[in-house]
Amino acid sequence: MEIAGQQVSRHGVRIVAIWAVLTAIAVPLIVLVLGPHLPPGKMSAEASDQTSANTVLTAVVAPIILIVAVNIVYSLVVFRARGDAIEDGAPIHGHAPTVLAWVLLTSVIVLALAGWGSYTLVQSARGAGGGQGPSPADLPKGDRTALPIQVIGQQWAWTFRFPTYNAFESRQLELPVGRVIAFHVTSLDVTHSFWAYELGVKADAVPGVDNVAFVTPRKLGSFNIRCAELCGLWHGHMALHGHVVSASDFVTWVAEQKAANAQIIPDLGPYQRVYFPEPKHRAG
Amino acid sequence: MVMPPAVAASGTPGNANLTLQTVASIGFGPHPDWVSYLVKTPQGKWVHSTILDVPANSLIHVTILQYDTATGLRNPFWGLPEGTVGRAKVNGKAIPILNPDLASHTFAIPELGVTVPLKGVADKAKNQCSVAPCTLAEAHNTITFTFRTGKRGTYRWQCFVPCAAGFILGFGGPMQSLGYMDGLLHVV
Repeated sequence: MEIAGQQVSRHGVRIVAIWAVLTAIAVPLIVLVLGPHLPPGKMSAEASDQTSANTVLTAVVAPIILIVAVNIVYSLVVFRARGDAIEDGAPIHGHAPTVLAWVLLTSVIVLALAGWGSYTLVQSARGAGGGQGPSPADLPKGDRTALPIQVIGQQWAWTFRFPTYNAFESRQLELPVGRVIAFHVTSLDVTHSFWAYELGVKADAVPGVDNVAFVTPRKLGSFNIRCAELCGLWHGHMALHGHVVSASDFVTWVAEQKAANAQIIPDLGPYQRVYFPEPKHRAG
Repeated sequence: MVMPPAVAASGTPGNANLTLQTVASIGFGPHPDWVSYLVKTPQGKWVHSTILDVPANSLIHVTILQYDTATGLRNPFWGLPEGTVGRAKVNGKAIPILNPDLASHTFAIPELGVTVPLKGVADKAKNQCSVAPCTLAEAHNTITFTFRTGKRGTYRWQCFVPCAAGFILGFGGPMQSLGYMDGLLHVV
């Protein structure tokens, strides 16, 4: 098969035309139809940022995936070898302008995404839910009135301590809507990862470390909590549902928790930002 | 891993009885020095297992003969008994809370919201048990409580005390093994 000159140009135009049509259809569909359903959703400001980032990334890579896919499918259909003889095609020599354009275009796309992704990670999503360690550098608006909640991972449960409410501890988690929350994520034993999926938070829980992750819940409802770090026999059971509630319901819930846990509060000891899993008694 | 045998609670649907014991070292099998639970069959035989069958939508009356000494809770929060019908009792006396340092183990079914701390016997108690199954003549505390089951299902239960002697920070070995300090509760 001879592939040269005018014939190559004709195939190239066809491929580009097919790609352009598919891209023109796919990108708006991704942005307008698929985007709102991409994870993690819009339950919090941070989750919304992550959903937007996922939408942009998907929309940007769609044309790249399509150009590759169109080339493969077009080649399979148009250049399919027929008959008994199987022969090598004619050698294709390098085409410097095409190679240069491809390298430049993909480099620009990758570098632009890296820059934009870094901006989103650091500025827009304030650590993208992964926490900023013990000394957060990028504080959200309203951080001074943020509600601190300590998230304590342990084999195999999550408990939550509220230092501004007599430092009571609970195995349940309720959050007031519209208020900045400062999760102080830590662990009592091994490394866990606090994953509040719909809130867009996935912060490592490391013994001896206070990993601060900010989140501002926007919508009422429940969210899933999981451990995202393989942590032992019952790792898969470190799951529960948290709830975003109204400010008044949150006040009521806090009062109920303080009353239910009043007797254990003195034994909990003073609030600490970190814990160290020192050996207990005989176990060392 | 060999799955321990399942042991059914005695009693009737609606009201079932479970009797367990905890020992500092099981004394036999592949890990004779591991801390462990045992369960009593309806026929009165002690079995090395933590796989428990209990009826659905029933009150489960639990008696735990606690022969081990205290290790202490890493998280004092688990010293608060929760999820029981009525108060948990130690040697017949109701306990609203257990001093976290006195805990030897916990019996906890997190998915059912049940946590009961188990008070350890004194370090200097006389006639301490050395080989399972232990007998009533040996030093122990008797912890009793009741919890309610709901729909059928399988739930994990575990100890929250880092009680695995000889392992880093007390976690590992028996704390990570079915048949020792972890189990399954089959609600049938």
